[in-house]
Amino acid sequence: MTLLTGAYVPGRSVVHRTPAGLKLAVLAAACTALVFARSLVAVGVATAVVVALYALARVGVRAAWGQLRPLRWLVVVLLVVQVLIADLPTAVALTARLVLAVALAALVTLTTRTTDLMAALERALRPLRRAGVDPGRVSLLMSLALRSVPVVAGIAGRIREARCARGRERSVRAFAVPLVVGVLRHADAMGEALQARGLDD
Amino acid sequence: MAGRSRLPAADLARIAAFAALTAVLGLPGSFHLFGNAVPVTLQSMGPLLAGAILGAKRGALSQLLLLALVAAGLPLLAGGRGGLGVFAGPSVGYLIGFVVSAFVVGLIVERSGRRPGVHWVLAACLIGSATTLAMGIPVQSAVTGVPLTETFQLSLAFIPGDTAKAVFAALVASGAQRAYPDAAPAARRERVEGRVGRRTGGDDTGAGRA
Repeated sequence: MTLLTGAYVPGRSVVHRTPAGLKLAVLAAACTALVFARSLVAVGVATAVVVALYALARVGVRAAWGQLRPLRWLVVVLLVVQVLIADLPTAVALTARLVLAVALAALVTLTTRTTDLMAALERALRPLRRAGVDPGRVSLLMSLALRSVPVVAGIAGRIREARCARGRERSVRAFAVPLVVGVLRHADAMGEALQARGLDD
Repeated sequence: MAGRSRLPAADLARIAAFAALTAVLGLPGSFHLFGNAVPVTLQSMGPLLAGAILGAKRGALSQLLLLALVAAGLPLLAGGRGGLGVFAGPSVGYLIGFVVSAFVVGLIVERSGRRPGVHWVLAACLIGSATTLAMGIPVQSAVTGVPLTETFQLSLAFIPGDTAKAVFAALVASGAQRAYPDAAPAARRERVEGRVGRRTGGDDTGAGRA
């Protein structure tokens, strides 16, 4: 199912080969630094760095645009509102800061496998073991949810067809109530299967 | 130590399934308003349904799980958005709002008995929906640098749709609870605790849960 492939662009660049944990740490530090970049010069330097990183990663323009596309209208609205309440340089700096933060985060997503990010998340949760968080169960949860997405989409598709057959295409309840009940049935069957495999022992 | 707060397998499965349900509700084309003119995704119903049916803690965990998968790069948010970028963008507050509103809805529905009346679920969903906005708007204002009043005015356009979705969510949750009694948090808790009680009271397969 193409829905679940993620946005990863395979590659062998330095950016790709950097460990996921390090990339996440750098991303956090960079996003914090961006909060303090208020002058046009600082934002210009940051833009140059981000563009250089994208060039280094060689993910391609299409993939990069795919990540930034959802922001396009927001950027227009932001620029207009900022120009009205402040001045043009402030507007450009504030808007660029936001786009840069999103672009950097997207670069991590584009150059890191989903499984590597999940593994990094699992490692980050390890100190929480004292608070009762079991990293093994967290990764089980993530794979159960991933497995459930196509199943739930399948349930939704079946119900949509049934709804058409009954001539109630417009009724939201005729769609959503059976969907929720179907999801609960699936969940409880999955829960029993896990119990049968001794997960609660 | 970890055993005390460890979630039973049945709860893990429900949490995972509702994370998936919220993702699927974000797929376009699952339903249309006003004929086929306006495709609407129902994703913001996800947290409300999760809270109303799973209860506060499990509902909130299901939404947190969805966010973890999104952070890992999967395009599970409405419109196929995903990846770490959304957590650096202006809508991050609404995403945190998903977790909080599921918790709030769950708290209210859990307290309204084994067969929660529609009015309770409706009130819970409306409050939950308002919670998402109350988390989302200030964060959006902080991220974009647009003052709070302007951000609030820009968000007014979403309020009718969000209200409609909260009403839908309440009707759907109540309908599901009538069709599947285990869908009410209090009823499920009672049944699960009853089963544990029976087991510890001399059943030889005992020991099981916890």
